[in-house]
Amino acid sequence: MKIDAQGLYYRDLNQKIREAVAEGATEIVLDNVNGQYFIGDGINKPVTITVNGVPGNDLAAFMNGATIIVNENAQDNIGNTMNAGKVIVHGHAGDVLGYGMRGGRVHIRKDVGYRVGIHMKSYESNKPVLIAGGKAGDFFGEYMAGGVLILLDMFSDEPEKPKHGFRFGTGMHGGTIFVRGGVDERKLSQEVGVFELTDEDRQELEGYLREYCNDFDIDYAGVAKEEFVKILPRSSRPYGNLYCPMPR
Amino acid sequence: MTRTLKPTHYFQKDISNCGLTGFISTAGNLVEGSVIIKSIALMHDRGNGLGGGFAAYGIYPEYKEFYAFHLMYENGMALQLTEEYLERHFYIEHYEDIPTRRTPAIANPPAFKRYFVKPLQTAEYKEAVEFQNMTDEDVIVRHVMLINNEIEGSFVVSSGKNMGAFKGVGYPEEIADFFRLEEYQGYIWTAHNRFPTNTPGWWGGAHPFTLLDWSIVHNGEISSYGINKRYLEMYGYLCTMLTDTEVVAYTLDLLIRKHGLTPELASLAMASPFWDIIDALPEDERQLLTAIRQCYGSALLNGPFAILFASNEGLIGLNDRVKLRPLVCATKDDFVYMASEEAAIREICPKPDKVWAPRGGEPVIAKMNPGVA
Repeated sequence: MKIDAQGLYYRDLNQKIREAVAEGATEIVLDNVNGQYFIGDGINKPVTITVNGVPGNDLAAFMNGATIIVNENAQDNIGNTMNAGKVIVHGHAGDVLGYGMRGGRVHIRKDVGYRVGIHMKSYESNKPVLIAGGKAGDFFGEYMAGGVLILLDMFSDEPEKPKHGFRFGTGMHGGTIFVRGGVDERKLSQEVGVFELTDEDRQELEGYLREYCNDFDIDYAGVAKEEFVKILPRSSRPYGNLYCPMPR
Repeated sequence: MTRTLKPTHYFQKDISNCGLTGFISTAGNLVEGSVIIKSIALMHDRGNGLGGGFAAYGIYPEYKEFYAFHLMYENGMALQLTEEYLERHFYIEHYEDIPTRRTPAIANPPAFKRYFVKPLQTAEYKEAVEFQNMTDEDVIVRHVMLINNEIEGSFVVSSGKNMGAFKGVGYPEEIADFFRLEEYQGYIWTAHNRFPTNTPGWWGGAHPFTLLDWSIVHNGEISSYGINKRYLEMYGYLCTMLTDTEVVAYTLDLLIRKHGLTPELASLAMASPFWDIIDALPEDERQLLTAIRQCYGSALLNGPFAILFASNEGLIGLNDRVKLRPLVCATKDDFVYMASEEAAIREICPKPDKVWAPRGGEPVIAKMNPGVA
């Protein structure tokens, strides 16, 4: 079904989406979206919502199983505390993506902003994956506790900019970051180190990347052509001794 | 001319989470007020109805040689004292009420008047110019500070040439309606939607904050307000608007107009990189940024912010150095857009040539083409 979001207040638009989901819709297309907040928040049915236009902040927060496809750029705070499902953004996206995300996929084709993957976490088989195809701002993987962050630096509107910003991995104490073509080690925080991929890593990464390539119709061989590095935290308690040394 | 400045340290500052938007036609094309209203109204929910405001450039071409004083009066005595003051110090080419519209959304507005003026050649003026090396701009700044600080209930809302600020308590689209902004045309517009969280909204506390033709709209909180304010007071700038953003306007005036810094360097003084990043730069840049930070430590703005500052020269967007507030920019032909959200730009420019998010501390500078304004 289609909803024309032209000039619709965010609350009214989300009401319509919720009603459609409750009535059992499996495909919802939103046309003329511009800036409406909270689209897809808390949706816990396997519905596919296609957004034509730029959705507002807090897209897919607390989402549990739905798929959102954004055919344009997206704004800040996508996938806050998302539990399951997928967000696909064909343009770039803003700051604080995947905040506290604990499951599902966020696939961004182009650049991402600051604090992407902040405090992502995982539990047993629930493992969130966030992939950015372009460049990233400062604080990539800040306070990351679990899950997987992947940075490709392949599709950017600003090719002259550096691949990633400063304070990379600040406070990271869990999870894994994969970066295509290496990182600028001067910009890493003290809490993280750079490692080579193991065979299991390669296998795991290939699975994530093939799904990503499939979403955007990208040739996987081109993505896999370049070597990846793995960034891991040096400690699971980076600040354990900040105020007074703790017994081990 | 020497006066003792009364201490003003008892003011509380205000923290806000706001929305801002602005654009410039670098070719000097005039745009109707309805465009900026549409852009800021899209971000209605970023504010809470306790402040909205606009700055517009190029709106008074018939008086472009005169300083356009927008005055806000809370009472009749303030009006009388201010008009006596203005008559004593200025040649007034023209004055009138600022046209407003009665609207149910705006309760109990203060009175607004505007005056197009030049300093009179009084003995005081001659003393200032001939013996104190003051320029006309310096004289204007001193008068603005004096009116704001010493005439109870009277505030200079703006004081630049061929520009004006319009602001008050309400949502920005309500303030625009009140001031009939759709009747103006300008080549630079900025707008602000306020969400004050520490002090009550009042008419003078709405953004933009201005001095001469500088205008500032700001989203965030300037935690260094105290040190900035005391630093500015050493140079005769008095903070009277009860909110943090005011210091940015005066800092820009000090750094750019008085000290001759470029807008780039002034931005680096206000949002300078951290020391470890400065120390890793190539030697000449390291020396420059070290000197800027050492010299202008008290002009450093700490805390989260996204600001737009405009003058007749152009429009500049700047984030704090760790980008704790959103700012998105776009270009389309001779236009440059800057806003808290991409959607606010798309609302008035559906197909921009380029859209990007500037890095923290990296100013986006859009200058007017030479000779067009």
